[in-house]
Amino acid sequence: MTQAALPQSTVRKSWWRRNQIAITPYLFLAPGVLFFAVYVIIPIFQSFGISLQDWDGLGQPTYVGLENYRELGNDPAFYTSLKNNVWWLLLYLLAIPAGLGIALFLNQTVTGIRIYKSLFFFPFVISQVVVGLVFTWFYDPAFGLLNVMLGWFGAGPINVLGDPRYVTFGIILAGLWPQTAYCMILYLTGLNAVNPEQIEAGRLDNAKGWRMLWHIVLPQLKPATFIAFVVTIIGALRSFDLISIMTQGGPFGSSRVLSFYMFEVALSEYGFRMGYGAAIAVVLFLIMLCFIAYFLFSMYREERR
Amino acid sequence: MLKTLKASVAVAGLVAGGHAFAAEHESLSGDLVIFSDMSNPAPRAVMEGLVAEFGEMHPDLNIELTVIDREAYKTQIRNFLTANAPDVANWYAGNRMAPYVDAGLFMDVSDIWEGEMSENLASTKSAMTMDDKQWGVPYTYYQWGVYYRADLYDEYGLEEPQDWETLKSNCQTLLDNGIKCFTIGTKFLWTAGGWFDYLNMRTNGYDYHMQLTAGEIPWTDDGVRQTFANWRELIDMGAFVDNHTAYSWQEALPFMVNGDAAAYLMGNFAVAPLREAGLSDDQLDYYQFPAINPDVELAEDAPTDTFHVPAQASNPEAGKAFLKYVTSPEVQTWINASDALGQLPVNSQASVGDDKFLQQGFEVLSSNAPGGVAQFFDRDAPAEMAKVAMEGFQQFMVQPDQLDNILQRLEQAAGRIYDK
Repeated sequence: MTQAALPQSTVRKSWWRRNQIAITPYLFLAPGVLFFAVYVIIPIFQSFGISLQDWDGLGQPTYVGLENYRELGNDPAFYTSLKNNVWWLLLYLLAIPAGLGIALFLNQTVTGIRIYKSLFFFPFVISQVVVGLVFTWFYDPAFGLLNVMLGWFGAGPINVLGDPRYVTFGIILAGLWPQTAYCMILYLTGLNAVNPEQIEAGRLDNAKGWRMLWHIVLPQLKPATFIAFVVTIIGALRSFDLISIMTQGGPFGSSRVLSFYMFEVALSEYGFRMGYGAAIAVVLFLIMLCFIAYFLFSMYREERR
Repeated sequence: MLKTLKASVAVAGLVAGGHAFAAEHESLSGDLVIFSDMSNPAPRAVMEGLVAEFGEMHPDLNIELTVIDREAYKTQIRNFLTANAPDVANWYAGNRMAPYVDAGLFMDVSDIWEGEMSENLASTKSAMTMDDKQWGVPYTYYQWGVYYRADLYDEYGLEEPQDWETLKSNCQTLLDNGIKCFTIGTKFLWTAGGWFDYLNMRTNGYDYHMQLTAGEIPWTDDGVRQTFANWRELIDMGAFVDNHTAYSWQEALPFMVNGDAAAYLMGNFAVAPLREAGLSDDQLDYYQFPAINPDVELAEDAPTDTFHVPAQASNPEAGKAFLKYVTSPEVQTWINASDALGQLPVNSQASVGDDKFLQQGFEVLSSNAPGGVAQFFDRDAPAEMAKVAMEGFQQFMVQPDQLDNILQRLEQAAGRIYDK
């Protein structure tokens, strides 16, 4: 009897009532999607658009086609930046084994271990600006600690941040300090999740040292390694603040990376070339896209498993 | 102490200059929004003093002052001029204002330059003029030159050089005694621009220098090469402090304070920190950069700081009145006094502060710079060209053998930048 009445009442139910369940997820997604579109997706296409123009950011833009990209191809400063980006990507990855090493070292129960862990994590907590300043003073050729220490061994002062040969490596080293701490904390949490039974089983089978690490511990740390890899790659490509603080891209542009060069030509004190800056941004975006696509692909594969 | 001093100066200014303005602009009302880059302590006090006094003169006017960090201001100006324009804004003279003038963001203020003002401000008028119109007013400028340790020069029996040979022989004497001739910090590039300005103006003259920065002479020209050849003589002697690429201009000061270097080619703003670091006026002195090529007239760098009325100002009348007020002789005298900005007044009716460096600088600029007065490399050349070129200067100071590459690169950049 009641069943007969039901269809009628559903007809009277509002459209909202009927579709509530189906719509709700989209409603919850809407604010995020909206902001993501406005602040990320649309600007990407705008950048493509601006990169085809000659524009000083103030007057009228003129369309120049692929001229900016053609010029990039003949710009030695662009190749210097690109080369430095490659160095950053390669050397920054050292943070992963270094972080793992420290994590393994700290993963023990000794009195006060928490203090040691916090001390090792400290560089990641302080601002990149402070890290940059500390290392700038450390490298200072007149009073820097590095050259004082080199002096003990009779080695002459090295002008790390003022010499085009060393400057990029000097900055990468400064960047590795907090990045290593970050990877360490990722591995420390990962180590907490390592299954003690498997370790025990490995011990019974007489696995020790490297073999234990390689075959039993590391496979269980795979998720942590993946995240460490992702944040390190992204960190290397975003390396802007340290360069800005420590050298401003100098001496004579030899420590620039793409992100800094883009800032310099488009937005800095002397920069009025929005189109050219946008072209550099597009190149940087394409490089990042390779990594992002790879990360998304591996996550997708992981989830399907 | 400082406060009372400022107040008394302000009152004096009010009594002296107040009448004329009060009578002329009694009707000013509404809001006057000022964005300023005078963020260092002394300039900030001056700016606040200006606002206070101008406010007293125009009680109906509601003045809002926003002081922005001097470095940050350089990148923010293009945003606020287009989006949220104040009625008065600080900036710099010369080519540095060209992008904003070309984009129609500064208001033409030629009307306030009419008559007396053009005479009194003749020395800086050309730096404020583009397309035969004036786009703002100057409020202060300062001399560049060689600041040196007089006690070290005395110790080794050296005189202020009048020519290039003496400068080099002085330098050799100092080097033989283990003292560098010049300190410099090229991390932020512009300090090397100062050296290029002087060497080029002394080698090829003011007009040549102006044509070069205006893109009318190629960077691969023989004159430019001669300038770099002169520069190279100093570099090969080892005249400059080592590792200068790692220092800012402030970080290069200790070499001079400690006596490791004897002189500094710098603007007058270097005097204050040198005094604070403990150098007395007996130890510190100034000389004009000596002649190199006797056939060219001496010319100087004297960067001028300015006030402008943005084109989108909502109260341009009040803005213009403020510009006029700032350039009046009384105000010029007190804001440039040695206990305020400690720089040179732009109005010829104003008096120069009681300070030996200001007096000497004024002397040099008003009677010993027949060639002309330049702004500074990064204000005379377009911004992009300045950046590329100053980077080249820095590289040249470290790798002088790369000169051909550097000049080629500059010429390539010039071809693109001036072509527009």
